[in-house]
Amino acid sequence: MKKDLVIIGGGPAGLAAAVAAYDSGIRDILILERDTSLGGILQQCIHNGFGLHRFGEELTGPEYAARYEQQVQERGIESLCGTMVLSVSPDKTVTAMNKQMGIFTLEATAVVLAMGCRERPRGALNIPGTRPAGIFTAGTAQRFVNMEGYMPGKEVVILGSGDIGLIMARRMTLEGAKVKAVCELMPYSGGLNRNIVQCLRDFDIPLYLSHTVSRIHGKERVTGVSIAKVDERLQVIPETETYIPCDTLLLSCGLLPENELTKSAGIPLDGITGGATVNQNRETALEGVFACGNVLHVHDLVDFVSEEAALAGNAAAAYIKGNAPAKEIALAVKPAGKVRYTVPQRIDSAKEEVTLFFRVGSVADNALLTVKCGDKVLLTKKKRRMTPGEMESVRLSPALLSEANGDLTVCVE
Amino acid sequence: MKPTVAVIGGGVVGSLIARELTKYELKVVLIEAREDIATGASGANSAIVHGGFDPVPGTLKAKLNVEGAAMMPALTEELGVSYKNNGSLVLAFSEKEMEHVGKLYARGLENGVPGLSVLNAEELHRLEPNLSPKAVGALRCTSAGIVCPYSLAIAAAGNAVDNGAELWLASPVTAIEKDGESFVLTCGEKTLQADYVVNCAGIRSDEVSRLIGDDSFSIKPRAGEYLLLDKSEGDTVSHTIFQTPNEMGKGILVTPTVHGNLLTGPTALNIGEKGNTATTREGLAFVRETAAKSVPNLNYRAVITSFTGVRSVPDQEDFIIRFSEKDPRFLQVAGIESPGLSSAPAIAPYAVGLLAEAGLALTENKAFNGKRKSYHWFSSLSMEEKNAVIRENPAFGRVVCRCETVTEGEIVEAIHRAPRATTLDGLKHRLRSGMGRCQGGFCTPLLVEILARELDRSPMDVEKGAEGSKLLIGKTKGESV
Repeated sequence: MKKDLVIIGGGPAGLAAAVAAYDSGIRDILILERDTSLGGILQQCIHNGFGLHRFGEELTGPEYAARYEQQVQERGIESLCGTMVLSVSPDKTVTAMNKQMGIFTLEATAVVLAMGCRERPRGALNIPGTRPAGIFTAGTAQRFVNMEGYMPGKEVVILGSGDIGLIMARRMTLEGAKVKAVCELMPYSGGLNRNIVQCLRDFDIPLYLSHTVSRIHGKERVTGVSIAKVDERLQVIPETETYIPCDTLLLSCGLLPENELTKSAGIPLDGITGGATVNQNRETALEGVFACGNVLHVHDLVDFVSEEAALAGNAAAAYIKGNAPAKEIALAVKPAGKVRYTVPQRIDSAKEEVTLFFRVGSVADNALLTVKCGDKVLLTKKKRRMTPGEMESVRLSPALLSEANGDLTVCVE
Repeated sequence: MKPTVAVIGGGVVGSLIARELTKYELKVVLIEAREDIATGASGANSAIVHGGFDPVPGTLKAKLNVEGAAMMPALTEELGVSYKNNGSLVLAFSEKEMEHVGKLYARGLENGVPGLSVLNAEELHRLEPNLSPKAVGALRCTSAGIVCPYSLAIAAAGNAVDNGAELWLASPVTAIEKDGESFVLTCGEKTLQADYVVNCAGIRSDEVSRLIGDDSFSIKPRAGEYLLLDKSEGDTVSHTIFQTPNEMGKGILVTPTVHGNLLTGPTALNIGEKGNTATTREGLAFVRETAAKSVPNLNYRAVITSFTGVRSVPDQEDFIIRFSEKDPRFLQVAGIESPGLSSAPAIAPYAVGLLAEAGLALTENKAFNGKRKSYHWFSSLSMEEKNAVIRENPAFGRVVCRCETVTEGEIVEAIHRAPRATTLDGLKHRLRSGMGRCQGGFCTPLLVEILARELDRSPMDVEKGAEGSKLLIGKTKGESV
């Protein structure tokens, strides 16, 4: 079967990309979603706080997803749920499988990768101790509580202060569980400030910075964890170890873009983001294949996912129609100083303004952002504070881009 | 009436012995204390089929290892279990260690190990370019391999059941009485009358032996910690890479697994408590540092899990495979430490031979069928064949574990096929569901739902593994109203 546009993933990124591509004139679109319904992880995010940027109001996750699902429906865009994509080949053949159709292939003119991300599991964290029941990633626990209606435990310690962990601290508390501690390895939280206030402080849940879970106890079910301070090299200081009895350990220690399909297509990834390297239109190194949302780099607000996905959807439409902008320049964008990464990693057209997203690797107070080309400073910007938990952005005007005659460096000091 | 043989212990040794016994007209009962097969040493070890150059010539270890390694390819083929003949290398980092390599080579020849050769540095690094440049040579053994140990045990127990054996799970043997010639075993809430008993209770075989008053040996638990790396790292080395052994074991190895991951470990730490499978900060750090001696650029960012296996170390040098001095019908198969897995295929006929010598009548079971369909039969089909299966049973079209591509059809089948998977760990050991890079993050809620549905129980009664390992403790406020 041939398709103009195949979108892999029916979460916020996939839906927004589909709507944008449709509105740019593409009709032959198919969204492939592995879950039994569209909406992605938003379906289990029943708290509010979504949509402030995009819709100017506070929505819950399912409400935010519903707005996009409605737009997809109104446009009559086709989707297949319960459908797992098995591979994407370099010639844009997508192989997928579901109950109704079995295994089938789609020859796509363009592909949007919108598979999202997964949570870092316990094993990857190297926490010593036993392997009992009662250890969940925060997102798995969230699914059990919010979608299945079951409680994974009643006395909880959370490792990692990522947003899902913070949200789950509040959620478990509201459901009657006691959250005894949130430990964060780094000296700062990885989550949004508003979540620290609304999910921890408002409920008197202690946040221990520069602390980790140093050992898991319990044979069949978790009976407790040891927590300990870490030194500057993030190594456990054994004499600071204390024991907290609990029956559940939730992990919120980072999200990893899910790029197994991207790799199967031979598309190069950025070692820092874990997502594909892309240009300003979110086109990967493979022409006609675009990536957006958390599969590209982990976002903290879904509003920005939608925005990025629309960019990718529009660009995919232009590519399908054969009127993609000419790649008249080739600027690599390089992080420097405290900047860990940028998206996009390359710019190949100076026709339109480019918004460059980036994250810092450690807290920067009185941050000075500079965008340089060689020694030439093209732009400077000051910000009181930048933290790794919040994605930053800077706009590069066509005028600025046309001044650049070589690679760009984005630096925060 | 058929004679009854009770096999105590559903590890790889007990399961293979039970299967071997079903080749004859016998009543065979495989008794396992835990909720599933292969929850002890067979569930967590290096998964290596050793060539057999390590054991001292003339020992049972030497004989059974070499025989077992030779039997492994055909046996695993028959039982539908993954095995790969990848070969092994024992690295030497000095001239002194090269001398030891020479000794191992000579010992291997004496033990009758096929495919041995000594490599110089150039040959070694051409064969394995990711090894430390400091390695000066190695012993190569092309007859060594890798296997999935718990799959082997599960398939053997399942095939035993297919051929008429009974499998009693969650049935710890707590007492053994004599009634005339025969034994009366108390196994949890059940009792069994048996003419012969085979003690394959692994780490607890000394305790089982003491139930008949035989305290001629004791078993000490020795923990080995491992790190398992993502499939992205699986081709870092193609051989199983050993270091020159010392008195505490074979050193830290680095090996691909049959599933395409990379495994490194084990430590060797004598521990007090037999059931203690905790990992330690020091142990895991030791594995990382020591493995780096062989393969300097191991990508530890790709670690997906760590675990501890507990070896059954006897207070004597060799395997203990003999009748108890307290009872001529009570066969001890104990102290099966490394190379136990490699030897297991040969231990089974050897043990059955001993039973025959002791008077067990062996009449051929003409209906015996040693072949068993692999749990992974679906994934090995062509696209057309898969589609035919999905048309017949759409559950095979629904992927539940995305990292390992396990379908609902395979899960339902594993729950209902002997030995039945009744826990998350049971499914993981049969299908690898939840064993991939997300470690069950996405599929756990789905697996809980399917287990609850198929076993007709509440999701709150679904367990991870052992009794007491429930995942969910209650309903949320809205659900419980």
